Amino acid sequence: MRLQQNSLLALYSLFEFAGDPTRHISAAEIAEKYQVSPHHLAKVLAELARAGIVQSVRGVGGGYRFAGNARRLTLLDVIARFEDVGSGPADRRERTPADRALNTVLTEIDEIAKATLKSITLATLLRLSAQKADGEPAPVAAAAEGRPQR
Amino acid sequence: MSRRKAARPDTPPAAAAQRADLTIRPVRRGDLEAVIAIDTQVTGLEKRDYWRSVYRRYGESASPGAQFLVADASGAVVGFVIGEVRDWEFGAPPCGWVFAIDVQPDARLAGIGTRLLQSILAGFRRAGVRKVRTMLASDNTLILSFFRSQGMMAGRFIPLEMDLEG
Repeated sequence: MRLQQNSLLALYSLFEFAGDPTRHISAAEIAEKYQVSPHHLAKVLAELARAGIVQSVRGVGGGYRFAGNARRLTLLDVIARFEDVGSGPADRRERTPADRALNTVLTEIDEIAKATLKSITLATLLRLSAQKADGEPAPVAAAAEGRPQR
Repeated sequence: MSRRKAARPDTPPAAAAQRADLTIRPVRRGDLEAVIAIDTQVTGLEKRDYWRSVYRRYGESASPGAQFLVADASGAVVGFVIGEVRDWEFGAPPCGWVFAIDVQPDARLAGIGTRLLQSILAGFRRAGVRKVRTMLASDNTLILSFFRSQGMMAGRFIPLEMDLEG
């Protein structure tokens, strides 16, 4: 599965914001870190702000900060704002028996992908990123709060 | 044994998870009514005979790998977890299976689910296994998120099913 650029930018940004919810981070800083267009990123951040997931902070030291709940916000919540996840059979042609058979398989894949994205919260994503090289999971609370892991 | 739809044993702030009045202990016969009540409240379906058989199998089991634990908050049962070590099921080396976890709805957001899960995992470790599995409906988002938050990921098994006609 490949995510569209806007979804990726949103997830990169939220990863930064939720990693340190107390910090205001500028769009420019995120754009530089992930080597993406600041203009493109600004549109994505505006959408996240409209959704109440981030809050813009004006003035010196301004930028954005996380305004959501990392333990509740799922990857699907974010991605679905930018793309249609698992378009389903309605959007697929079904002219032949082969189409129908293939659609059955593709729908199954879509549903698994949706269930996965819907079950992983931003806090869980942060925890995954904090896993040690030996694969030992980091504590959930520490990861969600952006604290160093052990 | 069938998987049950479980209540969300939520992951709360770490401080709340350490509440002093909460004890995780093996189930006793006198706890069964509270367990049935929690299950009935969460699922909307009372399954008294089912729970009696679960108690006989896991509550009174002499098997070191079988566990039926309850969360006891100052004498009140507010949650439970059930699981066992299964050997070579589906061709897999012995591993722990968690097949039910429930927390009373008004006792959630206090780390009880996390405490229950950690306790049963400790039991699995003592039984000598190093892998734990569970299975639940793909639309059971809340409990899926809970297990994910605890570090569980999709495994190497894929569940398959079909309708039997006739």
